[in-house]
Amino acid sequence: MKYVDEFRDRDLAKTIAEAIRQEADPGRTYNIMEFCGGHTHAIFRYGVKDLMPENVRFVHGPGCPVCVLPVRRLDDAVEIAERHDVILCTYGDMMRVPGTKQRSLIKAKADGADIKMVYSTLDALKIARNNPDREVVFFAIGFETTTPPTAVAIKTAERERLKNFSVFCNHVLTPSAIGHILESPEVRELGTVQIDGFLGPSHVSSVIGSEPYEFFAEEFGKPVVIAGFEPLDVMQSALMLIRQINEGRHEVENEYTRVVTSEGNLKAQQLVSDVFELRQSFEWRGLGKVPYSALKIRETYAAFDAEKRFEVSEKKSREVKSCECPAILRGVKKPTDCKLFGTVCTPDSPMGSCMVSSEGACAAYWTYGRHREKARAAPVKEAAE
Amino acid sequence: MNAITPGISHRKGAVDMAHGGGGRAMAELIDDLFRRHLSNSILDQGNDAALFQVPAGRLVMSTDGHVISPLFFPGGDIGSLSVHGTLNDVAMAGAKPLYLTAGFILEEGFPLADLERIVASMALAAREAGVPIVTGDTKVVEKGKGDGVFITTTGLGVVPEDVHVSAERARPGQAILLSGSIGDHGVAILSKRENLEFETEIKSDSAALHTLVADMIEAVPGIAVLRDPTRGGLAATLNEVARSAGVGMHLDETTIPVKPDVAAACELLGLDPLYVANEGKLVCLCDAGDAEKLLAVMKAHPLGRDAAIIGKVVEDDAGLVEMETEIGGLRVVDWLSGEQLPRIC
Amino acid sequence: MCLAIPAKVTELLADDMATVALDGVKKQISVALVEDPAVDDYVLVHVGYALHKVSPDEASRTLAMMAEAGLLQEELEEIAGSEQ
Repeated sequence: MKYVDEFRDRDLAKTIAEAIRQEADPGRTYNIMEFCGGHTHAIFRYGVKDLMPENVRFVHGPGCPVCVLPVRRLDDAVEIAERHDVILCTYGDMMRVPGTKQRSLIKAKADGADIKMVYSTLDALKIARNNPDREVVFFAIGFETTTPPTAVAIKTAERERLKNFSVFCNHVLTPSAIGHILESPEVRELGTVQIDGFLGPSHVSSVIGSEPYEFFAEEFGKPVVIAGFEPLDVMQSALMLIRQINEGRHEVENEYTRVVTSEGNLKAQQLVSDVFELRQSFEWRGLGKVPYSALKIRETYAAFDAEKRFEVSEKKSREVKSCECPAILRGVKKPTDCKLFGTVCTPDSPMGSCMVSSEGACAAYWTYGRHREKARAAPVKEAAE
Repeated sequence: MNAITPGISHRKGAVDMAHGGGGRAMAELIDDLFRRHLSNSILDQGNDAALFQVPAGRLVMSTDGHVISPLFFPGGDIGSLSVHGTLNDVAMAGAKPLYLTAGFILEEGFPLADLERIVASMALAAREAGVPIVTGDTKVVEKGKGDGVFITTTGLGVVPEDVHVSAERARPGQAILLSGSIGDHGVAILSKRENLEFETEIKSDSAALHTLVADMIEAVPGIAVLRDPTRGGLAATLNEVARSAGVGMHLDETTIPVKPDVAAACELLGLDPLYVANEGKLVCLCDAGDAEKLLAVMKAHPLGRDAAIIGKVVEDDAGLVEMETEIGGLRVVDWLSGEQLPRIC
Repeated sequence: MCLAIPAKVTELLADDMATVALDGVKKQISVALVEDPAVDDYVLVHVGYALHKVSPDEASRTLAMMAEAGLLQEELEEIAGSEQ
């Protein structure tokens, strides 16, 4: 696969790893927050940590759209599917996420709700075309990357007068979440979360460009390197961050230049702003209410807004009390700090969203790193080196 | 009654409740469709139970229910799959398969032409494998209570003397061999699944592995473990073995064969080929000293051409399967929770 | 977040659609989000949409930069007098 295999090359990985070892100052720790779950996934999936010196640490951020969706919104989606007898189309990622009382879409489906997993909004539109006598709702989640495809779907539905199609919009914005973390007391005052630099989002940035991060670098004095999702991208970007930190710089650098430009994808941005507008406030799991951090469908397209079309009841949505997802999403705690981790909460019976999504820190710890400390001590590890 | 050539009307029509009712329609269906295709001397006895001689020695028996959507897929269909699947389960005990049985649950309204295609495909698979289907059963359920057709097959086989193949015989130091590329079956199925469609030349690897197993056992009778990595893929199979024997495993990602198209489809859908189903591959554990010899025998067989040594068994009470990744890091290869779903993030 | 993969545009179709190939795997996707998609372009595919073109020049530049990380290290080693 062109533009994929080259960025997983073992020799090149070794080269970068050696450079990091040379340049990282053993007298200090480098705390790098990878905002994106995609980076978390790559770090675990490829064992990137094994190639890094001990003092280069990754702090996992909240950049997993599945993880940050508050339980209330998921409960609403389940209700729309069950109560209003619609065909609810969802990305596969949402299927197993537990809502209140562990109710997930996959459970609702088993109980008879018409829930269909789709790969694309194009498929959801097709389902709407093929079922003119049914209401078809697309459960839209995701960051700036996933928003433009939803915008195209709404425009297409309008053009084709697909009256039975609507969108339950949960699109959220990356820069507001990063800002929120940087302004949180844990980072600003308490110092419980040490962040020396950020691996910036890859595919989000392909849409919004690298400019929106300038503010953070400037205002908070933290270096940002926009990094691709392949393992060598992550390593090279870590090296670039280490160099900035060593030199006392805090700039926005772009490692992922093959896809990310400074202005981003203007056509996609235009489509998004045609269809969506800012919500004054939106609740994030883990971060709480974050002002201007999400999008809603504009009045012009209200006909396609599932929130307007389908009434949902007031409900007491709640997460499992001792679930540490919120703290984990802020980088305050590690999955292994959670009492539920690996005991009652596993990917087989997840209590929180971080254990479901393949980008969730808990799922990554469990799937790729269970008993890791023990494994490190075992002779296996020596054999690998 | 025979004058109206029931066969032709059958093949134009659909399954109805009468086909499972025990009356004439059922008898016609059995004669015209099942017996005609599957005919062999034991089935043709025509009794409710098949009568046959068994060889001396240890027998193994395995049963497997087959449900799949779509019923017809690139490289096979539910018919051939139901034969291969059970033959492989028998073969993974180190056994030579002798006989098969087949039970059908048909949904009212299922086209008889499709049923005939499926039965013909079963017949061909059984003939190619040299293992007859000696008895069977058919039931019909009301429309909406089935998914076209479900097939349960049972296989009987005999294990050669001195062959002791079992998961708990996995021991540290043994080599792990894989008979070929992983993920072909799962990707072929996914490519035809509604709302996911993509084009690929990849076909299901559905195949009967017993002749490959026979060659392997002849060369190395001391083979410790044989498994076919079906549902849950290679990862699930290795974890099952590791857990039942209380050992760990260490794999090298670069040695695990994955066809470029399978890798590409997995990248596109966010899947990991380690968890994607196979229907014509086997995993084998044997003493390290026998590994090269066994590998050569596997490579000489058409179903083992791409065989590879993919890792080794190590000591680990936790029963962890670990893998050195493409870039040289280390990761755990865990079980999968439920079905692997395509993802966007 | 945001699983996306570079694929090559092999055919442009009506309604802002295109066929892309990822090795031997072909899929129809929407190119409504990119300006002037052309056959042979590599595009980043996310949930059935091309998000952005992939720049071949920038890709080689990044790979060169990665290799340079090693050059620097080799030079350092030479200075230190240690052979690899």
